[in-house]
Amino acid sequence: MNAVLNHKGALWGFRTTLLLYMFLLIILPITGIYAHSLSAGWNMFVESISDPLAWKAVWLTLRLSLLAMVINMVIGTITAWVLHRYQFPGRTLLNSLVDLPFALPTAVGGLMILLLLGPNSSVGQWADAIGIRIVFGEPAIVVAMVFVTFPFVIRAVQPLLEEADKTQEEAAHTLGASKWRTFYQVLLPQMRPGIISGGMLAFSRAMAEFGAVVLVAGNIPGKTLIASVYIFGEIESDNPQGAAAVSVILLTLSFLVLWFINTLQAKEGR
Amino acid sequence: MSTAPTTLTSKKSSTSSKILILITYSVFILLLIIPLVQIVIGAFNHGVQSLFQALLRPEALHAMWITLSVVVVVTLLNTLFGVLTAIMLVRGQWLSSRVRRFLNSMIDLPFAVSPVIGGFMIMLLLGPQTVMGAFFSDLGMPIVYAFPGMVLATLFVTFPLMIREIAPVLQEIGTQQEEAASMLGAYSWTTFWKVTWPSIRWGVTYGVVLTVARSLGEFGAVLVVSGNIMNKTQTMTTLVYQDVDNFNIAAANSVALVLAVCSITLLLVMEWAKRRKGVHTHAH
Repeated sequence: MNAVLNHKGALWGFRTTLLLYMFLLIILPITGIYAHSLSAGWNMFVESISDPLAWKAVWLTLRLSLLAMVINMVIGTITAWVLHRYQFPGRTLLNSLVDLPFALPTAVGGLMILLLLGPNSSVGQWADAIGIRIVFGEPAIVVAMVFVTFPFVIRAVQPLLEEADKTQEEAAHTLGASKWRTFYQVLLPQMRPGIISGGMLAFSRAMAEFGAVVLVAGNIPGKTLIASVYIFGEIESDNPQGAAAVSVILLTLSFLVLWFINTLQAKEGR
Repeated sequence: MSTAPTTLTSKKSSTSSKILILITYSVFILLLIIPLVQIVIGAFNHGVQSLFQALLRPEALHAMWITLSVVVVVTLLNTLFGVLTAIMLVRGQWLSSRVRRFLNSMIDLPFAVSPVIGGFMIMLLLGPQTVMGAFFSDLGMPIVYAFPGMVLATLFVTFPLMIREIAPVLQEIGTQQEEAASMLGAYSWTTFWKVTWPSIRWGVTYGVVLTVARSLGEFGAVLVVSGNIMNKTQTMTTLVYQDVDNFNIAAANSVALVLAVCSITLLLVMEWAKRRKGVHTHAH
């Protein structure tokens, strides 16, 4: 084996294979989709993205993903803080449960929401009675997004809390700062990078989510049809041009978010 | 699950802390625990017999077989290429540091790509109407609407998982030990097994678990690429989707229960591997 591995040709072939694998699996497909969206000319691209249903889908996705991000930033920060700070029965169990949405297939997540909040469930019927539509409406989409992205903020804030210097907090306390003041001026700044980068990750994941949402959204064009489901529909109805145009918008947004997180982390690292 | 000593709690357990703990519990119960319990109850709602009936449908058995095959093939390939790519990115002196930095920034891209778009990319490159797609179907090995495409789609989605587990460990342990081993005459392969492998072992284990979980649960990318053809390219997750679409919620629930049990088992293994790895938390 060693003789084979050390052979110059084998080594060269080996390295080429690795680079080729990365190129073919990641780089080529992504550039391919950008190329395809423009392959029929710029006008065609503009026409595809100016389809009102496409715009509505992108706008709805952005709006609901932002809402899911904000919800996650709030409950994620509280959860991370409580899990880090307080000792209470069941803490270890809850901490392990945080990762559940990552481990659970998103289609199962969607089905759970459907079963719990759908028209046949007690919650669904109660909401129907007071005139709120949860499933096949916007609330269910947000719930699905929050469920799927739940771990991000918590897992980004926890390491910061573990590293945080407790003396600062104690000093603030000793100097007579109130609890809330200590929280705003000492603790929150310590957690901020995690809240922001975790929130941004959650945002980009929520924008991309498909499995959980497609089952609960009802997918009514112009109303509850989000971008990824729109793309799926366009593929199914054999309109790759329209699918590629919306894909490019969604991809560019996600890449910007990813780039932003990386810049932020590079800055924090120094 | 330890209870705090009384002195500590009496100092800390003010009303506000009780409220915060209550909020946390409510979030977990509402968002995670009740839905999970619902899946279990729902599956047994129509009796154990109907649960097994749903699971023993030929299409369900076939879907389980396909899912298992995808998981095995993807996990093997992703582990192999993931470990090698991580070594290349961290240790590959034959690449200039600029190239390595560029490649490194490419690794995370699949995280930012919606699974549906991931599947769509493969359709655009290898679909039946493309040159490459036609070439492969002429060879008798169609890629899209067939097993190879599903593997490709899942490989794309799982690509970063292994690398992101191992690269930091390789960076951290540095090259000293490996260099010492090489100088003492042990050559690359031996160096890998004796020096590098023991330090990345738990990272690899964790990466494998993440890959299995992700490939087991992948839905969007596979749905697009597979065409969701019953008894042919249907996986467990796309079967759940189809059952819901056909208003056969009870059957969907049965398949979902199997998936949920697998996920929870994987979650437990993850916890165990995390502890062995000695790293507390991970964002991905």
